[in-house]
Amino acid sequence: MTDYAALIPINVITGFLGSGKTSLLQRLLASPDLRDTAVLVNEFGEVGLDHQLLQHVAESTLLLENGCLCCAVRGDLQDSLRRLFSQRERGEIPPFRRVVIETSGLADPVPIAYTILAEPVIQHHFRLGNVVTTIDAVNGGRQLDAYPESVKQAAIADRLVVTKTDLDTEGRFDALERRLRQLNPSAPVIRAADGALAPERLLARDVDDADGRRRDVDDWLAAHAVPAGDRGGHDHTHGVASFCLTFDTPLDWTAFGIWMTMLQHRHGENVLRIKGLLNVAGQSAPVLINGVQHIVHPPTHLDAWPDADHRSRIVFITRGLERARIEASLAAFNRLANPVAARAPADALA
Amino acid sequence: MCGLCGVLGGRGHWTETASNPDTFRSRAETHTWHRERQARTRLVNAVLRHYGLRLDDWSGNAYMLRGKTGRTALVDNLTEVWAAAEQIGRGACDPLDAALLASLSDGGPGR
Repeated sequence: MTDYAALIPINVITGFLGSGKTSLLQRLLASPDLRDTAVLVNEFGEVGLDHQLLQHVAESTLLLENGCLCCAVRGDLQDSLRRLFSQRERGEIPPFRRVVIETSGLADPVPIAYTILAEPVIQHHFRLGNVVTTIDAVNGGRQLDAYPESVKQAAIADRLVVTKTDLDTEGRFDALERRLRQLNPSAPVIRAADGALAPERLLARDVDDADGRRRDVDDWLAAHAVPAGDRGGHDHTHGVASFCLTFDTPLDWTAFGIWMTMLQHRHGENVLRIKGLLNVAGQSAPVLINGVQHIVHPPTHLDAWPDADHRSRIVFITRGLERARIEASLAAFNRLANPVAARAPADALA
Repeated sequence: MCGLCGVLGGRGHWTETASNPDTFRSRAETHTWHRERQARTRLVNAVLRHYGLRLDDWSGNAYMLRGKTGRTALVDNLTEVWAAAEQIGRGACDPLDAALLASLSDGGPGR
């Protein structure tokens, strides 16, 4: 079997119309670290990209029979990635080591993730890297209020980049940052204007890189160490809320898989994100899980627990699903595997 | 079916530890592939019983889902179990349903 971490990473840069995706990409591509990067863009914007490996993708979605919207294969992307890989193998283009996809402003990034993780040919050559979402400091708050697409783009991000903070004369950044931290506590919020943007932090430090995932876990555990009240309470933008469940009892991997596949099948559209550090029964190292709607990344692990706290912690970003019901349900499924030892989940951090 | 998993020999389902051996290398006990399938079948049947359904391992490379009326479906993995269960069972399979959770507390996987 191919080593998953050795596959070519694909980063998705998404964000609402005019939120500065292309400007961000332009700055990142100027870095020598990203010299061997192929770029796929959905639309040519006003900001010109001058890059030797730039290809344009027309937007089309193939909805699978009986499938939901998030489980649609993006036919255009499928063709482009297959063609790109074929050109690379034939030596017609330089041997790129990373692909960056810039979506159109209203695109739903989840079908892109689904295409990368589930398309039979693509999944053997590529893996999904970080999803980076840009948010405009001036208009971002209004866009979150008015457009569910914008909320979803922020909820599924691994990195949130706030752009145009230099134009923010009314001091909207702090409120926007608080709101983003409530909406997606596991993603660091980065100001685009803060000097040199480190491509490594945005793109390379991802869940499939051993060092990257350790630091990533440190980041989101630190975010959850802040009481929910200090992060500004609960955000209910379009019914979307985030919370972190903590379990004292080790989780049985088989029971967890049964529960999570069932939850994703019935409620996947409303489970925007699941990200967790699991204490799996019978295993000394923690297992990391990372899911978006109906899609799950292959689980990874840390070599050791980051600190003395060995409880399972799972962050959920959901739309209209109550925390208490999810908590009780997972506890009940876990008791199936271990009816005596399993107890109700401990008080959560968020 | 909500996916292409399995078609043309995909990577293997994320719930199967054999698909990601490196992730599960720190386990204290050796879990054979067969034992894992047995445990999965036993636990999933504790849930399916609520819907009047039963799952059996089918020659080690698929699972056979059966309803009380004799309707059957072959599925490759857990994700496919739930879509098939809703087709041949009695409606939605919802892990947040209070009636299901009550039946899990009453029963357990042993029966």
